[in-house]
Amino acid sequence: MSAMLALLLRDLRLAIRHGGESLMPLVFLFAVIILVPLGVGPGPNLLAAIAPGMIWVAALLASLLALENLFRPDHEDGTLEQWWLGHLPVTGLVISRLLSHWLVTGVPVILFAPLAAQMLYLPPQSLSVLMISLLIGTPILSLIGGLAAALTLGTNRGSVLLPILVFPLVVPVLIFATGAVAAAADDLPVRANLGLMLALLVLAITLVPLAATAALRLNIE
Amino acid sequence: MSALLQASRVTFQRQGEDVFEATDLTLNAGQATVILGPNGSGKTTLLRLLAGILKPASGTLERSARTAFLGHLPALKGELTCRENLDFLARFHGAGTLNSSKALARVGLAGLGLRPARALSAGQKRRLGLAGLLVSPRPIWLLDEPYASLDDAGCRLVDTLLEGHLADGGTVALSTHQHKPQLAQGFQTLQVSPARRAEVA
Repeated sequence: MSAMLALLLRDLRLAIRHGGESLMPLVFLFAVIILVPLGVGPGPNLLAAIAPGMIWVAALLASLLALENLFRPDHEDGTLEQWWLGHLPVTGLVISRLLSHWLVTGVPVILFAPLAAQMLYLPPQSLSVLMISLLIGTPILSLIGGLAAALTLGTNRGSVLLPILVFPLVVPVLIFATGAVAAAADDLPVRANLGLMLALLVLAITLVPLAATAALRLNIE
Repeated sequence: MSALLQASRVTFQRQGEDVFEATDLTLNAGQATVILGPNGSGKTTLLRLLAGILKPASGTLERSARTAFLGHLPALKGELTCRENLDFLARFHGAGTLNSSKALARVGLAGLGLRPARALSAGQKRRLGLAGLLVSPRPIWLLDEPYASLDDAGCRLVDTLLEGHLADGGTVALSTHQHKPQLAQGFQTLQVSPARRAEVA
Protein backbone atom coordinates (compact mmCIF):
# COMPACT_ATOMS: atom_id res chain seq x y z
CA MET A 1 0.00 0.00 0.00
CA SER A 2 2.79 2.44 0.91
CA ALA A 3 4.37 1.91 -2.52
CA MET A 4 1.05 2.79 -4.22
CA LEU A 5 0.74 5.90 -2.08
CA ALA A 6 4.36 6.86 -2.74
CA LEU A 7 3.81 6.57 -6.49
CA LEU A 8 0.54 8.52 -6.33
CA LEU A 9 2.10 11.36 -4.33
CA ARG A 10 5.11 11.54 -6.65
CA ASP A 11 2.84 11.62 -9.72
CA LEU A 12 0.78 14.44 -8.25
CA ARG A 13 3.94 16.34 -7.34
CA LEU A 14 5.17 15.95 -10.93
CA ALA A 15 1.77 17.10 -12.21
CA ILE A 16 1.99 20.25 -10.08
CA ARG A 17 5.56 20.85 -11.23
CA HIS A 18 4.41 20.52 -14.85
CA GLY A 19 1.74 23.13 -14.06
CA GLY A 20 0.86 24.27 -17.55
CA GLU A 21 0.66 20.77 -18.97
CA SER A 22 -1.63 19.66 -16.15
CA LEU A 23 -4.00 22.58 -16.74
CA MET A 24 -4.44 21.60 -20.40
CA PRO A 25 -7.61 19.52 -19.91
CA LEU A 26 -9.34 22.39 -18.16
CA VAL A 27 -8.16 24.98 -20.70
CA PHE A 28 -9.34 22.63 -23.44
CA LEU A 29 -12.79 22.27 -21.84
CA PHE A 30 -13.29 26.00 -21.62
CA ALA A 31 -11.90 26.61 -25.11
CA VAL A 32 -14.64 24.35 -26.48
CA ILE A 33 -17.33 25.87 -24.24
CA ILE A 34 -16.39 29.40 -25.31
CA LEU A 35 -15.65 28.79 -29.00
CA VAL A 36 -18.60 26.62 -30.01
CA PRO A 37 -21.25 29.26 -29.10
CA LEU A 38 -19.28 31.77 -31.20
CA GLY A 39 -19.53 29.33 -34.09
CA VAL A 40 -23.16 28.17 -33.81
CA GLY A 41 -24.68 31.36 -32.41
CA PRO A 42 -25.49 32.29 -28.82
CA GLY A 43 -29.23 31.31 -28.78
CA PRO A 44 -30.08 29.84 -25.34
CA ASN A 45 -32.37 27.13 -26.76
CA LEU A 46 -29.80 25.82 -29.19
CA LEU A 47 -27.00 25.92 -26.60
CA ALA A 48 -29.13 24.20 -23.94
CA ALA A 49 -29.84 21.40 -26.43
CA ILE A 50 -26.19 20.79 -27.31
CA ALA A 51 -24.73 21.50 -23.85
CA PRO A 52 -24.57 17.89 -22.54
CA GLY A 53 -22.90 16.69 -25.74
CA MET A 54 -20.42 19.56 -25.77
CA ILE A 55 -19.36 19.17 -22.15
CA TRP A 56 -18.99 15.42 -22.55
CA VAL A 57 -17.07 15.55 -25.84
CA ALA A 58 -14.76 18.16 -24.30
CA ALA A 59 -14.24 15.95 -21.22
CA LEU A 60 -13.51 12.96 -23.46
CA LEU A 61 -10.97 14.77 -25.63
CA ALA A 62 -9.40 16.38 -22.57
CA SER A 63 -8.77 12.97 -21.02
CA LEU A 64 -7.22 11.82 -24.31
CA LEU A 65 -4.75 14.74 -24.25
CA ALA A 66 -2.79 13.46 -21.27
CA LEU A 67 -2.75 9.78 -22.28
CA GLU A 68 0.49 10.04 -24.22
CA ASN A 69 2.25 10.90 -20.96
CA LEU A 70 0.64 8.20 -18.84
CA PHE A 71 3.38 5.55 -19.16
CA ARG A 72 5.74 6.86 -21.85
CA PRO A 73 7.99 9.18 -19.78
CA ASP A 74 8.43 6.39 -17.21
CA HIS A 75 9.27 3.96 -20.01
CA GLU A 76 11.87 6.33 -21.45
CA ASP A 77 13.66 7.21 -18.19
CA GLY A 78 13.67 3.63 -16.88
CA THR A 79 11.38 4.16 -13.89
CA LEU A 80 8.74 1.89 -15.43
CA GLU A 81 10.91 -1.25 -15.36
CA GLN A 82 11.58 -0.56 -11.67
CA TRP A 83 7.87 -1.33 -11.06
CA TRP A 84 8.72 -5.02 -11.41
CA LEU A 85 11.24 -4.74 -8.56
CA GLY A 86 8.82 -3.36 -5.99
CA HIS A 87 7.28 -5.57 -3.35
CA LEU A 88 3.83 -4.88 -4.75
CA PRO A 89 2.18 -6.55 -7.76
CA VAL A 90 2.51 -4.25 -10.78
CA THR A 91 -1.28 -4.16 -11.09
CA GLY A 92 -1.42 -2.12 -7.88
CA LEU A 93 0.96 0.44 -9.36
CA VAL A 94 -1.09 0.56 -12.58
CA ILE A 95 -4.19 1.31 -10.48
CA SER A 96 -2.29 4.06 -8.67
CA ARG A 97 -1.14 5.60 -11.96
CA LEU A 98 -4.68 5.50 -13.42
CA LEU A 99 -6.01 7.13 -10.26
CA SER A 100 -3.54 9.98 -10.60
CA HIS A 101 -4.54 10.41 -14.27
CA TRP A 102 -8.17 10.72 -13.19
CA LEU A 103 -7.32 13.15 -10.38
CA VAL A 104 -5.44 15.38 -12.83
CA THR A 105 -7.71 15.19 -15.90
CA GLY A 106 -11.12 14.06 -14.65
CA VAL A 107 -11.62 15.82 -11.33
CA PRO A 108 -10.95 19.40 -12.56
CA VAL A 109 -13.48 18.86 -15.37
CA ILE A 110 -16.06 17.63 -12.83
CA LEU A 111 -15.39 20.59 -10.53
CA PHE A 112 -15.77 23.16 -13.29
CA ALA A 113 -18.70 21.44 -15.05
CA PRO A 114 -21.34 23.53 -13.16
CA LEU A 115 -19.72 26.70 -14.49
CA ALA A 116 -19.61 25.31 -18.02
CA ALA A 117 -23.26 24.20 -17.69
CA GLN A 118 -24.24 27.71 -16.58
CA MET A 119 -22.44 29.26 -19.55
CA LEU A 120 -24.42 27.00 -21.92
CA TYR A 121 -27.87 27.53 -20.34
CA LEU A 122 -28.16 23.87 -19.35
CA PRO A 123 -31.57 23.42 -17.65
CA PRO A 124 -30.98 23.49 -13.87
CA GLN A 125 -32.79 20.17 -13.31
CA SER A 126 -30.20 18.31 -15.45
CA LEU A 127 -27.16 19.70 -13.66
CA SER A 128 -27.15 17.03 -10.95
CA VAL A 129 -27.45 14.27 -13.56
CA LEU A 130 -24.60 15.83 -15.55
CA MET A 131 -22.45 15.80 -12.42
CA ILE A 132 -23.32 12.16 -11.62
CA SER A 133 -22.64 11.12 -15.23
CA LEU A 134 -19.22 12.83 -15.13
CA LEU A 135 -18.47 11.27 -11.75
CA ILE A 136 -19.17 7.77 -13.13
CA GLY A 137 -17.93 8.40 -16.66
CA THR A 138 -14.58 10.18 -16.29
CA PRO A 139 -12.98 7.24 -14.41
CA ILE A 140 -14.09 4.99 -17.29
CA LEU A 141 -12.33 7.35 -19.72
CA SER A 142 -9.13 7.18 -17.65
CA LEU A 143 -9.29 3.39 -17.43
CA ILE A 144 -9.95 2.73 -21.12
CA GLY A 145 -7.42 5.37 -22.12
CA GLY A 146 -4.88 3.78 -19.77
CA LEU A 147 -5.31 0.40 -21.43
CA ALA A 148 -4.80 1.97 -24.87
CA ALA A 149 -1.74 3.88 -23.61
CA ALA A 150 -0.23 0.67 -22.24
CA LEU A 151 -0.89 -1.19 -25.49
CA THR A 152 0.64 1.54 -27.68
CA LEU A 153 3.72 2.10 -25.50
CA GLY A 154 5.94 0.40 -28.06
CA THR A 155 4.80 2.63 -30.93
CA ASN A 156 6.14 6.07 -31.80
CA ARG A 157 5.07 9.12 -29.85
CA GLY A 158 1.96 10.75 -31.27
CA SER A 159 0.81 7.52 -32.83
CA VAL A 160 -2.70 7.61 -34.35
CA LEU A 161 -3.24 4.14 -32.94
CA LEU A 162 -4.03 5.55 -29.49
CA PRO A 163 -7.17 7.57 -30.40
CA ILE A 164 -8.26 4.86 -32.84
CA LEU A 165 -8.17 2.31 -30.00
CA VAL A 166 -9.91 4.59 -27.51
CA PHE A 167 -12.78 6.02 -29.55
CA PRO A 168 -14.85 2.88 -30.24
CA LEU A 169 -14.56 1.84 -26.59
CA VAL A 170 -15.71 5.16 -25.15
CA VAL A 171 -18.64 5.68 -27.55
CA PRO A 172 -21.08 3.81 -25.23
CA VAL A 173 -20.04 6.05 -22.32
CA LEU A 174 -20.71 9.15 -24.39
CA ILE A 175 -24.10 7.88 -25.58
CA PHE A 176 -25.38 6.82 -22.15
CA ALA A 177 -24.07 9.95 -20.43
CA THR A 178 -25.49 12.50 -22.85
CA GLY A 179 -28.69 10.44 -23.06
CA ALA A 180 -29.09 10.66 -19.29
CA VAL A 181 -28.51 14.43 -19.19
CA ALA A 182 -30.92 15.04 -22.09
CA ALA A 183 -33.55 12.82 -20.44
CA ALA A 184 -33.20 14.75 -17.18
CA ALA A 185 -33.88 18.00 -19.05
CA ASP A 186 -37.24 16.52 -20.17
CA ASP A 187 -37.96 15.13 -16.66
CA LEU A 188 -37.66 11.56 -17.97
CA PRO A 189 -36.14 8.70 -15.90
CA VAL A 190 -32.35 8.48 -16.05
CA ARG A 191 -31.70 5.37 -13.97
CA ALA A 192 -31.28 3.01 -16.93
CA ASN A 193 -28.58 5.15 -18.55
CA LEU A 194 -26.68 5.77 -15.32
CA GLY A 195 -27.04 2.09 -14.35
CA LEU A 196 -25.46 1.01 -17.64
CA MET A 197 -22.63 3.48 -17.08
CA LEU A 198 -22.06 2.06 -13.61
CA ALA A 199 -21.92 -1.42 -15.14
CA LEU A 200 -19.29 -0.20 -17.61
CA LEU A 201 -17.32 1.33 -14.75
CA VAL A 202 -17.36 -1.93 -12.78
CA LEU A 203 -16.30 -3.87 -15.88
CA ALA A 204 -13.46 -1.42 -16.60
CA ILE A 205 -12.22 -1.35 -12.99
CA THR A 206 -12.15 -5.15 -12.92
CA LEU A 207 -10.48 -5.83 -16.25
CA VAL A 208 -8.37 -2.82 -17.22
CA PRO A 209 -5.66 -2.96 -14.50
CA LEU A 210 -4.94 -6.61 -15.29
CA ALA A 211 -4.98 -6.10 -19.05
CA ALA A 212 -2.84 -2.96 -18.82
CA THR A 213 -0.29 -4.79 -16.66
CA ALA A 214 0.00 -7.53 -19.29
CA ALA A 215 0.35 -4.92 -22.06
CA LEU A 216 3.10 -3.07 -20.15
CA ARG A 217 5.00 -6.30 -19.62
CA LEU A 218 4.87 -7.06 -23.36
CA ASN A 219 6.22 -3.60 -24.18
CA ILE A 220 8.98 -3.76 -21.55
CA GLU A 221 10.39 -6.83 -23.30
CA MET B 1 27.21 -19.16 2.60
CA SER B 2 23.54 -18.76 1.83
CA ALA B 3 22.31 -18.37 -1.73
CA LEU B 4 20.24 -15.23 -2.22
CA LEU B 5 19.54 -15.90 -5.87
CA GLN B 6 19.71 -19.15 -7.75
CA ALA B 7 19.24 -19.48 -11.49
CA SER B 8 19.50 -22.80 -13.26
CA ARG B 9 19.47 -23.31 -17.01
CA VAL B 10 17.71 -19.98 -17.62
CA THR B 11 17.20 -18.82 -21.19
CA PHE B 12 15.41 -15.93 -22.78
CA GLN B 13 13.93 -15.86 -26.24
CA ARG B 14 13.49 -12.94 -28.56
CA GLN B 15 11.46 -13.60 -31.71
CA GLY B 16 11.62 -17.31 -31.04
CA GLU B 17 15.43 -17.44 -30.80
CA ASP B 18 17.51 -17.86 -27.68
CA VAL B 19 19.45 -14.72 -26.77
CA PHE B 20 22.20 -16.55 -24.86
CA GLU B 21 23.13 -20.13 -23.97
CA ALA B 22 21.30 -21.61 -20.98
CA THR B 23 22.99 -20.13 -17.91
CA ASP B 24 23.50 -21.31 -14.34
CA LEU B 25 24.25 -18.75 -11.67
CA THR B 26 24.20 -18.68 -7.89
CA LEU B 27 24.59 -15.43 -5.99
CA ASN B 28 25.77 -16.08 -2.44
CA ALA B 29 25.67 -13.62 0.42
CA GLY B 30 28.95 -11.71 0.61
CA GLN B 31 30.04 -12.69 -2.88
CA ALA B 32 30.34 -10.59 -6.03
CA THR B 33 29.84 -11.86 -9.56
CA VAL B 34 31.15 -10.14 -12.65
CA ILE B 35 29.32 -10.91 -15.87
CA LEU B 36 31.56 -10.74 -18.91
CA GLY B 37 30.84 -11.02 -22.58
CA PRO B 38 31.22 -9.07 -25.83
CA ASN B 39 28.70 -6.42 -26.92
CA GLY B 40 25.36 -7.92 -27.79
CA SER B 41 26.02 -11.17 -25.94
CA GLY B 42 23.02 -10.62 -23.67
CA LYS B 43 24.58 -9.31 -20.44
CA THR B 44 21.87 -6.71 -19.97
CA THR B 45 19.15 -9.19 -20.87
CA LEU B 46 20.53 -11.65 -18.32
CA LEU B 47 20.57 -8.99 -15.59
CA ARG B 48 17.01 -7.90 -16.40
CA LEU B 49 16.02 -11.56 -16.29
CA LEU B 50 17.63 -12.02 -12.86
CA ALA B 51 15.89 -8.83 -11.67
CA GLY B 52 12.48 -10.23 -12.65
CA ILE B 53 11.78 -7.55 -15.24
CA LEU B 54 11.82 -10.24 -17.92
CA LYS B 55 10.46 -13.75 -17.54
CA PRO B 56 12.75 -16.66 -18.47
CA ALA B 57 11.65 -18.76 -21.46
CA SER B 58 12.89 -21.87 -19.68
CA GLY B 59 14.81 -22.81 -16.54
CA THR B 60 14.14 -21.82 -12.95
CA LEU B 61 14.92 -18.68 -11.04
CA GLU B 62 14.63 -18.32 -7.27
CA ARG B 63 15.20 -15.12 -5.35
CA SER B 64 15.11 -15.17 -1.57
CA ALA B 65 15.62 -11.43 -0.97
CA ARG B 66 14.61 -8.03 -2.30
CA THR B 67 16.36 -7.00 -5.49
CA ALA B 68 17.68 -3.71 -6.84
CA PHE B 69 18.46 -3.19 -10.52
CA LEU B 70 20.47 -0.29 -11.91
CA GLY B 71 20.40 -0.21 -15.69
CA HIS B 72 21.56 2.04 -18.51
CA LEU B 73 18.62 4.34 -17.91
CA PRO B 74 18.95 6.47 -14.78
CA ALA B 75 15.43 5.66 -13.47
CA LEU B 76 15.27 9.18 -12.03
CA LYS B 77 12.74 11.94 -12.52
CA GLY B 78 14.56 15.00 -13.87
CA GLU B 79 11.91 17.40 -12.59
CA LEU B 80 12.38 16.26 -9.01
CA THR B 81 15.33 17.28 -6.88
CA CYS B 82 18.00 14.72 -5.93
CA ARG B 83 16.58 14.44 -2.44
CA GLU B 84 12.99 14.02 -3.67
CA ASN B 85 14.14 11.23 -5.99
CA LEU B 86 15.81 9.40 -3.10
CA ASP B 87 12.91 10.04 -0.71
CA PHE B 88 10.59 8.50 -3.29
CA LEU B 89 12.79 5.40 -3.61
CA ALA B 90 12.92 5.01 0.17
CA ARG B 91 9.13 5.21 0.40
CA PHE B 92 8.58 3.00 -2.64
CA HIS B 93 10.97 0.20 -1.67
CA GLY B 94 10.88 0.64 2.11
CA ALA B 95 13.22 2.91 4.03
CA GLY B 96 16.51 1.72 5.49
CA THR B 97 18.88 3.17 8.05
CA LEU B 98 20.51 5.65 5.69
CA ASN B 99 18.46 8.77 4.93
CA SER B 100 18.64 10.72 1.68
CA SER B 101 21.13 13.36 2.83
CA LYS B 102 23.54 10.75 4.18
CA ALA B 103 23.20 8.67 1.01
CA LEU B 104 24.00 11.76 -1.09
CA ALA B 105 27.05 12.43 1.05
CA ARG B 106 28.21 8.82 0.65
CA VAL B 107 28.25 9.12 -3.15
CA GLY B 108 29.92 12.52 -3.15
CA LEU B 109 26.86 14.62 -3.92
CA ALA B 110 26.62 16.35 -0.54
CA GLY B 111 25.03 19.78 -0.88
CA LEU B 112 23.26 18.97 -4.17
CA GLY B 113 20.08 17.70 -2.48
CA LEU B 114 17.95 20.57 -3.75
CA ARG B 115 19.23 20.50 -7.33
CA PRO B 116 16.82 19.05 -9.93
CA ALA B 117 18.15 15.70 -11.18
CA ARG B 118 18.06 16.88 -14.80
CA ALA B 119 20.69 19.53 -13.96
CA LEU B 120 23.24 16.85 -13.02
CA SER B 121 26.01 15.66 -15.34
CA ALA B 122 25.99 12.07 -16.65
CA GLY B 123 28.49 10.98 -14.00
CA GLN B 124 26.56 12.71 -11.22
CA LYS B 125 23.37 10.99 -12.40
CA ARG B 126 25.16 7.63 -12.09
CA ARG B 127 26.19 8.62 -8.56
CA LEU B 128 22.61 9.57 -7.71
CA GLY B 129 21.51 6.18 -9.06
CA LEU B 130 24.04 4.53 -6.71
CA ALA B 131 22.67 6.60 -3.81
CA GLY B 132 19.28 5.11 -4.68
CA LEU B 133 20.71 1.67 -3.84
CA LEU B 134 21.67 2.88 -0.39
CA VAL B 135 18.38 4.40 0.82
CA SER B 136 16.44 1.14 0.97
CA PRO B 137 17.87 -2.18 2.13
CA ARG B 138 17.85 -4.61 -0.79
CA PRO B 139 20.36 -7.47 -0.45
CA ILE B 140 20.59 -8.38 -4.15
CA TRP B 141 22.19 -5.71 -6.34
CA LEU B 142 22.13 -6.19 -10.11
CA LEU B 143 24.19 -3.48 -11.78
CA ASP B 144 24.46 -3.02 -15.53
CA GLU B 145 27.73 -1.28 -16.40
CA PRO B 146 28.02 0.56 -13.07
CA TYR B 147 31.38 2.09 -14.07
CA ALA B 148 30.03 3.76 -17.23
CA SER B 149 30.54 7.56 -17.35
CA LEU B 150 32.28 7.61 -13.96
CA ASP B 151 35.71 9.17 -13.37
CA ASP B 152 38.50 7.32 -11.49
CA ALA B 153 37.21 8.55 -8.14
CA GLY B 154 33.72 7.41 -9.16
CA CYS B 155 35.00 3.92 -10.03
CA ARG B 156 36.72 3.70 -6.63
CA LEU B 157 33.46 4.86 -5.04
CA VAL B 158 31.58 1.99 -6.73
CA ASP B 159 34.19 -0.48 -5.42
CA THR B 160 33.87 0.96 -1.89
CA LEU B 161 30.06 0.75 -1.99
CA LEU B 162 30.26 -2.83 -3.28
CA GLU B 163 32.68 -3.85 -0.52
CA GLY B 164 30.40 -2.31 2.11
CA HIS B 165 27.37 -4.04 0.64
CA LEU B 166 29.12 -7.45 0.55
CA ALA B 167 30.35 -6.99 4.12
CA ASP B 168 26.72 -6.37 5.17
CA GLY B 169 25.76 -9.79 3.80
CA GLY B 170 24.50 -8.58 0.44
CA THR B 171 25.36 -9.91 -2.97
CA VAL B 172 26.03 -8.23 -6.27
CA ALA B 173 26.13 -9.18 -9.93
CA LEU B 174 27.48 -6.60 -12.34
CA SER B 175 28.31 -6.44 -15.99
CA THR B 176 31.32 -4.55 -17.22
CA HIS B 177 33.73 -4.57 -20.08
CA GLN B 178 36.31 -1.91 -19.37
CA HIS B 179 36.94 -1.50 -15.64
CA LYS B 180 37.24 -4.61 -13.47
CA PRO B 181 36.14 -4.19 -9.87
CA GLN B 182 38.91 -4.23 -7.25
CA LEU B 183 37.30 -5.80 -4.21
CA ALA B 184 38.84 -7.02 -0.97
CA GLN B 185 36.44 -9.96 -1.16
CA GLY B 186 37.35 -10.89 -4.76
CA PHE B 187 34.72 -12.01 -7.22
CA GLN B 188 33.61 -14.88 -9.42
CA THR B 189 33.13 -14.36 -13.13
CA LEU B 190 30.45 -15.56 -15.46
CA GLN B 191 31.01 -15.59 -19.20
CA VAL B 192 27.84 -15.04 -21.20
CA SER B 193 27.97 -16.59 -24.62
CA PRO B 194 25.55 -15.68 -27.35
CA ALA B 195 23.35 -18.54 -28.46
CA ARG B 196 24.46 -20.23 -31.66
CA ARG B 197 22.09 -19.24 -34.42
CA ALA B 198 20.63 -22.09 -36.43
CA GLU B 199 22.14 -21.82 -39.89
CA VAL B 200 19.69 -21.82 -42.73
CA ALA B 201 20.82 -24.32 -45.33
